[in-house]
Amino acid sequence: MINETYYKRRYVITSIIIVAVIIFLIELFWLQIIDQSTKDKADSNALLKQTIYPSRGLIYDRNGELLVFNQPIYDVTLICNEMDKNFDTLNFCATLGISRADFEERISENIKKHGKYAKYTSQLFATQLSNEDIAPLQQTLYKYPGVSIRKRTLRDYTYSSAAQVLGSIGEVSQKTIDNDNYYSVGDYAGRDGIELTYEKYLRGEKGIEILLRDSKGRIQGSYNDGEDDIAPVSGGNLQLTLDIQLQILAEYLLHGKIGSVVAIEPRTGEILALASSPTWNPKLLVGKTRSKHYNELMNDPTKPLLNRSTQAMYPPGSTFKTAQAVVCLENNTLSVNTFYPCNGRASVPIACTHSHGSPVNLLSAIEQSCNPYFWYAYRDFLEKNDYGSNNENFRKQYQLWRDMIMSMGLGKTFSDSDVPTQKGGSIPSIQFYDKIYKGKNNWKAKTIRSNSIGQGEVLVTPLQLCNMAATIANEGYYITPHLNKADSMLEHRHNTGFQQKHFKIVKEGMERVMEYGTGRYYKLDSIRVGGKTGTAQVQGKQDHALFIGIAPLDEPQIAVAVVVENAGFGATWAAPIGSLIIEQYLTDTVRRTYLKERMHNSILNPNVK
Amino acid sequence: MANRGNILSSIDWLTIALYLIMIFFGWVNIYGATYNFEQTSMVNLSNPAGKQFMWIGVSLVIAITILIIDYKTYDFFAYAIYIFWILVLIATPIIAAKTHGDIKGSLSWIKIRTISFQPAEWAKFITALCLAKWMSRYDFKITDWRSMVVPLGIICIPMFIIMVLQKETGTALVFAAFFLVLYREGMSGYIIAGVIAFALLFIISIKYMPAALPLGSGNWGIILSCTGLYIVILTLILFKEYLKLQTIIIASVIAATYAISTLLSIWIKVNFTIVSACLIGGCIIFLIIEAIYLRRKSLIILSLFTILTAASCFSSSKIFSHLPDHQRKRVEVTLKMRQDPSGVEYNTIQAKIAIGSGGFTGKGYLHGTQTTLNFVPEQHTDFIFCTVGEEFGFIGTFGVLIVYLIFILRLIQLSERQKDMFSQIYGYSVTCIFIIHLIINIGMVLGLLPVIGIPLPFYSYGGSSLMGFTILLFIFIKLDSSRVEKL
Repeated sequence: MINETYYKRRYVITSIIIVAVIIFLIELFWLQIIDQSTKDKADSNALLKQTIYPSRGLIYDRNGELLVFNQPIYDVTLICNEMDKNFDTLNFCATLGISRADFEERISENIKKHGKYAKYTSQLFATQLSNEDIAPLQQTLYKYPGVSIRKRTLRDYTYSSAAQVLGSIGEVSQKTIDNDNYYSVGDYAGRDGIELTYEKYLRGEKGIEILLRDSKGRIQGSYNDGEDDIAPVSGGNLQLTLDIQLQILAEYLLHGKIGSVVAIEPRTGEILALASSPTWNPKLLVGKTRSKHYNELMNDPTKPLLNRSTQAMYPPGSTFKTAQAVVCLENNTLSVNTFYPCNGRASVPIACTHSHGSPVNLLSAIEQSCNPYFWYAYRDFLEKNDYGSNNENFRKQYQLWRDMIMSMGLGKTFSDSDVPTQKGGSIPSIQFYDKIYKGKNNWKAKTIRSNSIGQGEVLVTPLQLCNMAATIANEGYYITPHLNKADSMLEHRHNTGFQQKHFKIVKEGMERVMEYGTGRYYKLDSIRVGGKTGTAQVQGKQDHALFIGIAPLDEPQIAVAVVVENAGFGATWAAPIGSLIIEQYLTDTVRRTYLKERMHNSILNPNVK
Repeated sequence: MANRGNILSSIDWLTIALYLIMIFFGWVNIYGATYNFEQTSMVNLSNPAGKQFMWIGVSLVIAITILIIDYKTYDFFAYAIYIFWILVLIATPIIAAKTHGDIKGSLSWIKIRTISFQPAEWAKFITALCLAKWMSRYDFKITDWRSMVVPLGIICIPMFIIMVLQKETGTALVFAAFFLVLYREGMSGYIIAGVIAFALLFIISIKYMPAALPLGSGNWGIILSCTGLYIVILTLILFKEYLKLQTIIIASVIAATYAISTLLSIWIKVNFTIVSACLIGGCIIFLIIEAIYLRRKSLIILSLFTILTAASCFSSSKIFSHLPDHQRKRVEVTLKMRQDPSGVEYNTIQAKIAIGSGGFTGKGYLHGTQTTLNFVPEQHTDFIFCTVGEEFGFIGTFGVLIVYLIFILRLIQLSERQKDMFSQIYGYSVTCIFIIHLIINIGMVLGLLPVIGIPLPFYSYGGSSLMGFTILLFIFIKLDSSRVEKL
């Protein structure tokens, strides 16, 4: 019969299993209900959040010509673990146009980089292949398990012009990532030019695709049938104020020279052309070769990366006399009938570089670009109330002069403009002169006489110069120069407050420049053009050639400014370029092809590529 | 003789119902664990769920056959089957090595075409039958250590073959269940307690021996566990008898020595290892003298135990360092002595993530991301509990454990109501095998125990194990249903 002595031991065994189950249930309760960390871990384990890049906005010129668009490029990725025995390495290499040794090297490089996980994760095998490069692989992709093709886009350009304005896109820097949490490593963003200014508009919004991933990193399908995915929002298209034909012509004419051409539609402040030479083909800064070409541009002694139209500061030379005339008229120290004597080269303290009669009135002085005339006018402006004690009256007048000049958009950046990378130029302040002449009483009108003819301490950018021309064209105001056609800036109207008649006098003078003066060889037959040339002296080098122009004079549609560095006379090198720009814009063609070709073929600086 | 109607009315339908619930839910979870995006059919023979469906069918046929066969058959053939199966177990690794080599380091599989079979799974019920037959002999006396030689042999021979020749440590460990059976049948509780205490001490000394502990000068963990364990056992045994005073004196001397040493260590450097070695030595000498004086056998056992304890404390890390690399790492990870998230710890971490992410109600059947995407290796076999946890949540895991608990408690109840030794011993063997499987498997999945690869009965995928457990259980159901006849 059965042994009953140890009957109670059944309870030991019973309690063992009960205690074990209780411990398990407590652990499960904690793990499944209390502890939340496992839920997050499970998500990051299984869900692969893949970014879908939106297509970047396109860029058009003012006439709807497509300037910047996207070209597809392809990256080839490889998951070594999924390559099977039938993987035909030789064929694969042939399809991609690489050698067997190359293949082995890339694989081993990946293994070096990612260690033992390299086998499981998707590795970049080849990047930025073009449509033609990828086509053979795309057709035979099924033969190569583990290989996949990833599409991205790069920028492409219809024309080889306007590189500095358009700018380029490049991989974002760590700093950008830290400042803007929209970006993550490997994203592309505008680096300079319009691409940078309108980055947020052009980039669109990234989308997210949530994929299910297994323990080996293989994609198994989309999560929740894509219901939680976020579709990307394409970037907005941008229409620029640029006239691409004008821009092309400007760059064509600047060939072989260092300089800049800016054109503005005065009524609207729209920038029609913003050319800087030397420049480059924007296609160079795209894709694989970007960094190589960028370094070349960086190291080029002619500094093509400098956008001279907004970043280079030049003495305006005689073109400044137009502004001088307006402010002196407004100050009532000058009238259209004021005569001053000119002794030609013997004039003191400023010699005249032109030969004309004496004395001259204002219109003749503008026409002949008489230096002594504008010195006297400037002196009369500043010494209107004499000097006063401690030069106080003189200083007040100087401050007034500076304010009036600056109200024409000179000596400061257009802070409400979308034009990238502007420099401010310089209309010197009182403090500046006090400092360099070491005291309030140590400088007088005569000390700063060079300002009267746009030399000395006065520095402007070509954009400011053109805007000055636009202000004269508008007879008293300017609209902030800008590049976005869609953004009408008409409310950004900057009034000088000067009387309109003063501008009319200056315009008449400028017309006489083109009729009888320094610009007479480049007048246009059927169009009334106002212009002013300038030849700015540069220490130890050939003079800068400058020109500003307005046309047609009655109803100006274009204001233009031209600067050619170290070229010589403004009348010889800048005026013809300005004239051709005006002709092109107003008549849509250039009839003076001989002039166009002559300007294009004049290589003033052999270093300019 | 019993007729068929008699069998139907006398078998335990509750156990059979629980069995059916478990194999059905197990099959559902195997489908879930191996479900992926391409697969649609639950009964396709090319996938695990389909195969398991087939094995369930085969198992049910076997179960019915067992119920029909005369209960005396199992008693009658027990020795013969046992000897035959020992030969099969020995032959398995030889055949395995010749035909297909090892599977994940194990030589326990025989492969015939596409079907793999693991004889070790069946060794459980065969050993149980043999043990039950031997121990139900009329001249068998469990309290006599000489008669224990044969039962120990019956248990240890297959255990040895499986562990050493087939390299299946997990399955071999299951045979420890039989010691629980021996305990129930009257084997001294000290042996079980001693083995458990030994194991605990071993683990504690592995964990704390190599580490420098607070107070700087000694291995506090090991010292405290040595003496603490010693005092507890001494007190337990002696308290109710007349050595009350001595126990208190010993405990006080030990406590005082440590207190003084700790105090001294503020000024001079005290080697606590030597202090505790002296104390343990002193205790042993005291116990031996006491034993000779009182002529008590229990004290000799006790002093022997103390010697072994001390020896194990100081040698455990040496023994441990001689374990195979992967086993040592698994133990170290469980004891939180090592972190290896991408290696040894990977399974446990992923299992916990899968179970934990299920929450209270689970993610829904076939909607578990961790499960469908194969983050947990071996999920349809040893780690099947993860699928339950992720897809059915706490409700699911609670349900599975409670059903199991009821099942085991019912088996204990059935074992207790047996009228003959053979049935009772076999019944307890069945019960204890399920207990060990449940504790080791769930403990492993939850990271409470080192990773020991044994299946969760009725849930894990595998034909050999499902058939093995079915045979194990249904022989007992048959024996139970026949208990009336035996009278």
